[in-house]
Amino acid sequence: MNKMYGTCFRALRKAPGLKPVKLQQRAFTVTAVQRQQSFDSSLDKPQFPGASAEFVDHLEFIQPNVISGIPVYRVMDRQGQIINPSEDPQLPKETVLNFYQKMTMLNTMDRILYESQRQGRISFYMTNYGEEGTHIGSAAALDPNDLVFGQYREAGVLMYRGFPLDLFMAQCYANADDLGKGRQMPVHYGCKDLNFVTISSPLATQIPQAAGAAYAIKRENMNRAVICYFGEGAASEGDAHAGFNFSATLECPLIFFCRNNGYAISTPTNEQYRGDGIAARGPGYGMMSIRVDGNDVFAVYNATKEARRRAVAENQPFLIEAMTYRIGHHSTSDDSSAYRSVDEVNYWDKQDHPISRLRHYMTARGWWSEDDERSWRKQSRKTVMEAFERAERRQKPKPDLLFTDVYLEMTPNLSKQRESMWKHVQQYKEHYPLDLYDK
Amino acid sequence: MFKFTSHTIVNNNVCEIYQPLSYFASIWMVAGVKYYICPNVKTIILSCKTLVGPTQKMNLFQSVTSALDNTLASDPTAVIFGEDVAFGGVFRCTVGLRDKYGKDRVFNTPLCEQGIVGFGIGVAVAGATAIAEIQFADYIYPAFDQIVNEAAKYRYRSGNLFDCGNLTIRAPWGCVGHGSLYHSQSPEAFFAHCPGIKVVIPRGPVQAKGLLLSCIADKNPCIFFEPKILYRAAVEQVPVESYTLPLSQAEVLQEGSDVTLLAWGTQIHVMREVADMAQEKLGVSCEVIDLQTILPWDTETVCKSVVKTGRLLISHEAPVTGGFAAEISSTVQEECFLNLEAPISRVCGYDTPFPHVFEPFYIPDKWKCFEAIKRMINY
Repeated sequence: MNKMYGTCFRALRKAPGLKPVKLQQRAFTVTAVQRQQSFDSSLDKPQFPGASAEFVDHLEFIQPNVISGIPVYRVMDRQGQIINPSEDPQLPKETVLNFYQKMTMLNTMDRILYESQRQGRISFYMTNYGEEGTHIGSAAALDPNDLVFGQYREAGVLMYRGFPLDLFMAQCYANADDLGKGRQMPVHYGCKDLNFVTISSPLATQIPQAAGAAYAIKRENMNRAVICYFGEGAASEGDAHAGFNFSATLECPLIFFCRNNGYAISTPTNEQYRGDGIAARGPGYGMMSIRVDGNDVFAVYNATKEARRRAVAENQPFLIEAMTYRIGHHSTSDDSSAYRSVDEVNYWDKQDHPISRLRHYMTARGWWSEDDERSWRKQSRKTVMEAFERAERRQKPKPDLLFTDVYLEMTPNLSKQRESMWKHVQQYKEHYPLDLYDK
Repeated sequence: MFKFTSHTIVNNNVCEIYQPLSYFASIWMVAGVKYYICPNVKTIILSCKTLVGPTQKMNLFQSVTSALDNTLASDPTAVIFGEDVAFGGVFRCTVGLRDKYGKDRVFNTPLCEQGIVGFGIGVAVAGATAIAEIQFADYIYPAFDQIVNEAAKYRYRSGNLFDCGNLTIRAPWGCVGHGSLYHSQSPEAFFAHCPGIKVVIPRGPVQAKGLLLSCIADKNPCIFFEPKILYRAAVEQVPVESYTLPLSQAEVLQEGSDVTLLAWGTQIHVMREVADMAQEKLGVSCEVIDLQTILPWDTETVCKSVVKTGRLLISHEAPVTGGFAAEISSTVQEECFLNLEAPISRVCGYDTPFPHVFEPFYIPDKWKCFEAIKRMINY
C-alpha cells in the first residue's frame, strides 16, 4: 500500500495520571483508507480499524470516576500564597500590577453598568463577577495576534488587550461610536484590531467556528493560535461536540477554554452533566486536557501559556477547564436568589475571589498597599464614570444603518425598503424618536 | 446599441446572445463582426471564443469538478471539505482534487453537518475560501442554526468588522426518481426567508460551473444546490477555463407573449417541454424564465415578463404551501396586479413528505403544468 507521511508528528502524550505513553505516529495516507500496517488473523490481537486495544475475557463495565475526578491545578492557595515555588511564573511587578488593575477595572465597570441597567439607561447587562481571573490569566498568556472566539462572559479578555472603556460603553449604549453599529444587545462586543470576534447570543456556535479558523490559520503558518471560550452549560450543545471532534481530527492549533462557573442561568452542574465535568470529555476526543483553578490567575496563566505553545508547535487542540464561580446573577434579567443561597455566594465573594487572592500575593511582596488600593479604586471609578457620562450623551447611529451590511453590497430590494421606511417616517415623524439618532 | 440577454453554445463555443436595440445597429454589426444569425431574426449571436476559450463535453458533476479545480488552482487559500469528499465524493464532484492539490486542501470531516458548516464559517472568518459540501440537501437541517443565526448575520451583527463571505455551501438537491423522503428534498424555501445569505440553483452544466464560480467569488455566504438527477443526465460543452454567470439575474430562455413560465433547476427542462406542448396543442406562446438565484431574486425580470404576458405559472418540486412560488406570487401580484389576466398559478409538490413509490404522482410534471396553462388561458 502506498503511503505518504505527513509532516505533522505528535510529541509524547501524557494521559492524565498515568505514565507517558508514546502514541503511534500519525500517518497521512494518500489512499482513501487509513489502515493498520497489516492484517494477520493468526495473531490473537484485535484487528478492528476502529480501535487499537487488547482483548479481555471477563465482563466488566468501566466506572466513570466523578468522586475523585481530574485534579485541579493551582499555583496559589486561597490566601494567595505560592504552594510550589517552581510553578510561580515569577512575572515582573508591572505585569502583576497590570493583571490586578485590569481585573479591578473590569469589576468597577461591571458595577457601574449593572446599575445603569437598573436605572433604565441601558437595556441589558451581564457582569463578570468572580471570573476575572479566567479572563486576565488566559488573555495574558496569548499573543496579541491570536484570534479569540468568546461566548459572552469574557469582557476581561478584551479589556486586557486594550479595548477602551469608551468602546465598551458605546456598545452597551448602542451609540454612534459603537463598532457594531448599534445592532446587538449590550455586552456583544467585537474588535477586529484586537482579534476578538464579535460575540453572538446563540451558545456554543463559536466552537466549531474556532476549529475552522484554527485550521485556516494553521495553513498560513504564521505562529498564530485560536482560543475559544464557553461555559459548562454551552458545552452541552451539539456544536461543542462538533467543534471538539473536528479540532482533534483536523489537527487544529486551538485552545478550548471552558469557564465552569457552577451555573447555566439557574441550572446547576449536577443537572447539566453526570460525568466528571468538561475536562473528562477531552480524552474522549483524543484531546489534551487539564482542569485548573480558575480563581488562581497564575494557574490560568501557566496552563494557557503552555497550551498555546504546544497547540501551535504540535497542531493539536488543548482543552482547559477553568473551575470558578459565577458570583453575580446570570444577567440583569435574572435574580439568582431564586435558586441559590446568599451564603453560597458570600463564600466565593469573601473566601475565594481571584482579585483578593492576587492582592494577597502582591501585598505579601510589598507591591501594593492600602493607600494604593484606595487611590486606585477612586481613580478607576472616576475613569469609568467619565466614559459612562460621555457615552450617555452620545447620539444613536443613523437609522440608515438598519439596512446596510446585510450583504456586502446594498441590494435593490433593501434599497426600496429603506426608501419606503424613510417615506413613512417623514410622514409620521412625530411618532419616531428621530432626535436621539444621528442624521 | 446591443443588449446582452444570455449565453448559449454554438459549434463548441460559448456564445453570448445580444439583442439589437435598433435596426441600424443590426446592419452595422452584420457588416463588421463574425456572426451567426438566428432564425427568428430578433437576435444576433456573437462568437466570444476569445473570452472563454476551449470547451469540453462535461456532465453536471464534471462541470462542478471543473469549477472546483479552477478555484483550487487560482486561490491558494481555498479548501474543500465535507463527508467523503476525499475519495471523490458520493456524486464524484471532487474526483482527483485531493491527489492534485493535497490532503490539507481537500479533506474529509467527521459526520456532522452542524460541524461542517460551523467549521466552514470559521475558515471563512479567518480569511480563507471555504467550500463546504453537505452530502444531501435533505441533511442540511442540523446546520440550520449555523447558517441562519451565524453565517447570514455575521457581517450585520459585527458592524462589518467580521464576515464569512468566503463561505460557499454545496448540496445535491431535488428529486432523482427513487430518492424518497430523505434523498429528494428541495429546501430552498427555508433559506429564502433568511436575509444575509444567497441561494443559487443551476439548470445544467454550463450554468452550474459559472454560477458556482460566482458563488465562490461572491463576498457573501452562498448556498449552491445541485440538481442531483442532472449530475449524469445533463451533458453540455462547458468552458474549461474559469468564467462566471451573474447572481440575482434571471435568464429568459425563450421569449413568448401569452404566458410566463418560471422555474429553476431541473424543472426548467419540464417547462421547456411544456412550452413546446402549449405552442403545438394550444397555439399558446410561452416565455420561459430560469430564476437561477432564489435569494436575492430578480423581481425586475419576472415582473417585466408578467407585464408583457399577463399570466404567470411558477413550478417547483417542493411542497406548495410556503414554497418559494408563494413569495414570487405575492410580489408579482403587488407589482403587476392590473396586468394579470388570470390568477397566478403554482404547480408544485403536494403538502406531503416526498414519497417513494408515489413519486410519479407527486411531482409537478409536464401534464400538470400543461393543464394549468389551459386553465389560465381559458380563465
